[in-house]
Amino acid sequence: MSPVEMNLEARFDAYVAEEKKIEPKDWMPDAYRKTLIRQISQHAHSEIVGMLPEGNWISRAPSLKRKAILLAKVQDEAGHGLYLYSAAETLGVTRDQMLDDLHTGKAKYSSIFNYPTLTWADMGAVGWLVDGAAIMNQVPLCKCSYGPYARAMVRVCKEESFHQRQGFQVMLNLAQGTPEQKAMAQDALNRWWWPSLMMFGPNDADSPHSAQSMKWNIKRFSNDELRQRFVDMTVPQAELLGLTIPDPDLKWNEARGHYDFGDIQWEEFYNVIKGNGPCNKERLAARVKAHEDGAWVREAANAYAQKQKAKKADATTHAA
Amino acid sequence: MSSKQHEWPLWEVFIRSRQGLGHKHSGSLHAADAEMAIQNARDVYTRRQEGVSIWVVPAEAITASSPDDKEVMFDPANDKVYRHPTFYKLPDEVNNM
Amino acid sequence: MTEGQHLQIILRLGDDALVLGQRLSAWCGHGPILEEDIALSNTALDLIGQARNFYTLASSREDQGRDEDQLAFFRTDKEFQNHLLLEQPNGHFGDTIVRQFFFSAFALERYAFLSRQLVDAEVAGIAAKAVKELQYHWEHAAQWIVRLGDGTTESHEKVQASIDHLWSYTGEFFNADEVDAAGAEAGLLPDLEVMRKAWNASVEACLAQATLTRPEDGWMQRGGKQGIHSEHLSYMLAEMQVLPRTYPDATW
Repeated sequence: MSPVEMNLEARFDAYVAEEKKIEPKDWMPDAYRKTLIRQISQHAHSEIVGMLPEGNWISRAPSLKRKAILLAKVQDEAGHGLYLYSAAETLGVTRDQMLDDLHTGKAKYSSIFNYPTLTWADMGAVGWLVDGAAIMNQVPLCKCSYGPYARAMVRVCKEESFHQRQGFQVMLNLAQGTPEQKAMAQDALNRWWWPSLMMFGPNDADSPHSAQSMKWNIKRFSNDELRQRFVDMTVPQAELLGLTIPDPDLKWNEARGHYDFGDIQWEEFYNVIKGNGPCNKERLAARVKAHEDGAWVREAANAYAQKQKAKKADATTHAA
Repeated sequence: MSSKQHEWPLWEVFIRSRQGLGHKHSGSLHAADAEMAIQNARDVYTRRQEGVSIWVVPAEAITASSPDDKEVMFDPANDKVYRHPTFYKLPDEVNNM
Repeated sequence: MTEGQHLQIILRLGDDALVLGQRLSAWCGHGPILEEDIALSNTALDLIGQARNFYTLASSREDQGRDEDQLAFFRTDKEFQNHLLLEQPNGHFGDTIVRQFFFSAFALERYAFLSRQLVDAEVAGIAAKAVKELQYHWEHAAQWIVRLGDGTTESHEKVQASIDHLWSYTGEFFNADEVDAAGAEAGLLPDLEVMRKAWNASVEACLAQATLTRPEDGWMQRGGKQGIHSEHLSYMLAEMQVLPRTYPDATW
């Protein structure tokens, strides 16, 4: 690193430490740019892959109202993916490059979406737990040091709050419904609880990127802090639903003022990341198929736009 | 395959949230042409009644000031405090001026 | 027009909207580009909203007291009276756009009439909202027809094939049965011959701009309005109705 760069970097660090925002064309360390591109694109990929498990139930939603709500929610996720891709694009990467990275398996997305949605209750559990965990992760990002990411997250969080509420309402209706519905709700909680806790990422001691991201004000709280907050928030909600969280070690710790909870099966977590989850292949294949099936459509629109441009240019030349 | 194909151009979207207010930058999107950009902007950025009017501008058509010139461009206004009404101390009797 | 026919007209309007909305919502997550996913979902949401409005109105008028969900989830394919075009599978993006294009041109005219008629104020109210939505659906579809038609050789061929294939499902729009005739005589429904002319004019103008060929009017499929559907509807309903029918006592 040259002295000039060192000086720039020191100024950058000081600037960020003062809670000031970085905008697209400002100087930034290469590693900061790379970290953001990785994190924002991964976040965007998670939104669009995340459309699939819930999209799975749009056609089978059990009432017209639920169908409309679910469709609007999954549509929002497309919007969130779009806001986030746009934020990443301000850092000099194209959406096509990011999609290529997703489609070739180079880029990751949240592992939670590699789990199947087996019953309607999963729409409740995903909204309540998965969106709940996502919001916990995302709210601090509204204050992240990179302006476009922070602005995208403000928009995302505003829209996301209905997602969790509708999920909880689905669960509530099931929990108060017929015995079969209640069993459906409990089964969904059983399957989604642990994967939801894994959404906060590895324990702090094993989280490779965390320290630098905290220093740069990209990340504001540690994985374990957020996970604890999520557990503390969710346990009373489960009680309200009359459902049992599938963790025999879960109990209130008066001294800590928090719930203690059991050990997470990290072996499963790393296997799902590696591609061995129940739906990794389907999810990625569905994204690749949509992109490839759409190639002729995107190309046609481009060709038409080019023709129109040429016509306009032609008309202007003749007029002149 | 996809990387060789031309991506649709990027557009910046500006939305007037209600009559009487100016258009404000909302975000960006991809569209092949201007009509599509307007429609996409409507579908992406006004799903919750966020707007009554939309502008779309090809991102490449925007000329921006350089962040390196920030100090040169904007610092000189710092000491022109006489442009602000609070600079002028007037007798209390005219405090509504 | 008998009361039964009046009710049937309202249900048919709901069925058209629901069947197309159900089809279109399957694109969510699978569109050619994220922006288009969002656009198609918006259109689907409009249609589902229209269906709910018509079903709720029907529910308030019929003596069986079935609510919107009972009408949507507990009627068989024989009882659905949507046009055949709307239940045709999504196919590729061109097929979907052509289906949308043909229907929107028809529905826009129909809603415009329904919003002006004075026979049923509640239908007019629903139609007045829907006509704005349909104007947008029509423009969106028509723009795509032009882009695909006048885009690449591949897109031109593909969308022309979609048009040729789906053309035979458009005749049903204008093929008046007893219910249509009674509705038109009462002033609730438009004269379908007038509709045919308006539809042809808008469709032909757009196809010409898109450098596409309007197929000859040959044999036209029919039966949807009488509950005689293509093979596709029963599958669609089986999927759509599975939960309420499996758990008939549940509320969701």
